[in-house]
Amino acid sequence: MNSQRYLLKNASLPDGTVSDVLIADGVIASISSAISDPDATLIDVKGSVVLPGLVDLHTHLRQPGREDAETVLSGSRSGAKGGFTALSAMANTSPVADNAGVVEQVFRLGQEAGLLDVFPIGAVTQGLAGVALSEIGAMADSIARVRVFSDDGNCVFDPMVMRRALEYIKKFDGVIAQHAQEPRLTVGSQMNEGEVSAVLGLKGWPAIAEEAIIARDVLLVDHVKSRLHICHVTTAGGVEIIRWAKARGINVTAEVTPHHLLLTDELARSYDPIFKVNPPLRSEKDVMALREALADGTIDIVATDHAPHTMESKECEWQEASFGMLGLETALSIVQKTMVDTKLMNWAQVAERLSTAPARIGGYSQQGRNLAIGSSANLAIINPNSSWIVDRDLVASKSRNTPFHGYELPGVVTHTFFNGVATLMDGALVQVSEGR
Amino acid sequence: MRHLLSISDLSKSQAVSILDTATELARVSDGAVKKLPTLRGRTIVNLFAEDSTRTRISFEAAAKRLSADVINFSAKGSSLSKGESLKDTALTLQAMGADAVVIRHSASGAPARLANSSWMNGSVINAGDGTHEHPSQALLDAFTIRKHLGKGAPDLVGIRVAIVGDVLHSRVARSNVLLLTLLGAHVTLVAPPTLLPVGVESWPVTISYDLDSVIGLVDVVMMLRVQQERMSDLFFPNAREYSRYFGLNSDRLKLMSPHSIVMHPGPMNRGLEIAAEVADSARSVIVEQVANGVSVRMAILYILLTGQPLEAGSK
Repeated sequence: MNSQRYLLKNASLPDGTVSDVLIADGVIASISSAISDPDATLIDVKGSVVLPGLVDLHTHLRQPGREDAETVLSGSRSGAKGGFTALSAMANTSPVADNAGVVEQVFRLGQEAGLLDVFPIGAVTQGLAGVALSEIGAMADSIARVRVFSDDGNCVFDPMVMRRALEYIKKFDGVIAQHAQEPRLTVGSQMNEGEVSAVLGLKGWPAIAEEAIIARDVLLVDHVKSRLHICHVTTAGGVEIIRWAKARGINVTAEVTPHHLLLTDELARSYDPIFKVNPPLRSEKDVMALREALADGTIDIVATDHAPHTMESKECEWQEASFGMLGLETALSIVQKTMVDTKLMNWAQVAERLSTAPARIGGYSQQGRNLAIGSSANLAIINPNSSWIVDRDLVASKSRNTPFHGYELPGVVTHTFFNGVATLMDGALVQVSEGR
Repeated sequence: MRHLLSISDLSKSQAVSILDTATELARVSDGAVKKLPTLRGRTIVNLFAEDSTRTRISFEAAAKRLSADVINFSAKGSSLSKGESLKDTALTLQAMGADAVVIRHSASGAPARLANSSWMNGSVINAGDGTHEHPSQALLDAFTIRKHLGKGAPDLVGIRVAIVGDVLHSRVARSNVLLLTLLGAHVTLVAPPTLLPVGVESWPVTISYDLDSVIGLVDVVMMLRVQQERMSDLFFPNAREYSRYFGLNSDRLKLMSPHSIVMHPGPMNRGLEIAAEVADSARSVIVEQVANGVSVRMAILYILLTGQPLEAGSK
């Protein structure tokens, strides 16, 4: 345990109260007004909001396989810069995380980096091919204790495979995180199907291809009484189906990405593949429906779908480019811009959607804890009254594919604490250990 | 005007001035000496990353008649087919001092990528990109229509045009919808519902699924090519059924108004979307479209590279 002590003065807590917070021995040692501790490093955070450390349920760390785009270490640094204290590493690495060996490797790399918790996600099917179940049990029993399984990037399309996977994970209260994309309706798809794709001559990715799978899977999970999580919901219709399912008591949770809360398919008119992402940017109507759903809890969490790509995968024709955009370092600012500054949510709800709920869904028991004495000191501090200009050349990620380059965003993440250790101080990353 | 990427970049007066310049330049082409010295010393690269003999030859002839140096860079045997990136190709062309790049590419938006990147600073002319646009084709089509039916007007106000066939995959249709409506024509798209894009409702056109109900009411019937690869992708049951409902055959030719014309951007599938006797009939202006293509492309190069239209009567 870390012996460094920090005293946060004048902290605004998520519930709006102002207090001092003492961090010692890796935990929150005290919360009260006017704490004094001569041994503690004093940080006056007046005007800033202290949140439980952010938890991302959907991160692409690219290691093993594409260390030129991101590593567990560089992704951890990117996460710490964005206020995260836990990431969930998606399974679509090379080799695929479909066995205990790979998930243990990723888990260990996360521990070596030491900047936050890295929880590997296991593949549902071998090689993400959608045919045969991967070694789900072995991954669950490994030191990585995998609970979230996903073929993200590929939809678990075969309904029998999906049924079996949902049933099998009940053994250890796992969850299947489904990338909802009907493959036959999206062969070669490049962007949202609608008025813009019609003009641009880019092959459409219809909303129905997402909604059809969500509808099928909420019925399946209800039938087998398991647990389903829908990755990156993007459509108003998808929201409606989830709302219906929850009203019926079906055990489904859902996520939305920051970029789908802000950007629309109009951006494709530039043909700049920096805006190419899967699922694609949708219409203004969808964006508004997603915000409303996140506010009312139909969508449980924000997850970044942080997807680093090398320059050459984006400096090309749209249809040749890779899908995906960076997300970790801009997530909280985008949420403030779209949800808090618009009065749709307060900071307590931000804490719930970006920390408590994702930790609950992933089964990360030491993460997403309310700020309480004795809790692990996993904290993110944001100054909501300040703003910053996103510069792709200044990101901590190894890649530069942020769609927000040049945007002025509200909310500056100034400090991140992971188990009481400062990983971000005054906006600068702290070297915690010699990672590799 | 620096690039020609999409018809949506043009104002009505710019479009008209391209057509007017083409009219002037056509006079040159009809003369004994077909060449103008205008672009002497300028380099134009034909970057064809997708096969297209006719468009390439048309641009080449246009550039040569304006005395430009022409470099042909076609996909087969070029670095693009060896996996060189568009960026590296552009940097190479920039290093070679290309004043303009005429690009044909299978990816929608590839010309826009060239023009809007910092990779090269010459003019970019879209000679057909994926299923997006083919602006020079639309300009030559508008030129042809104006010549036949314009009655001396600068634009196409009041002229009724049917565009028939695979609108979904057609860059010719997209550019023509934009240009013909910009010039005041009324456009009806005629196609099976499978071959119209979702979102077409927002276009300033009339939609019909029934060629027979439209054909007698228009001044121009523009047929689109049906690509072979559509046959196997469930857009229609088979070629014969497509031809029966959407082909322009001699029976349908008889339903057309006496003054109306038949157009096709080529290459034609004779017997599929257009019958041989229609293609070769007196109403067909298909061969003339090819000839007009050279004049219109001369006008595009002229305006982009000199920065001004050619005034009537000047030389």
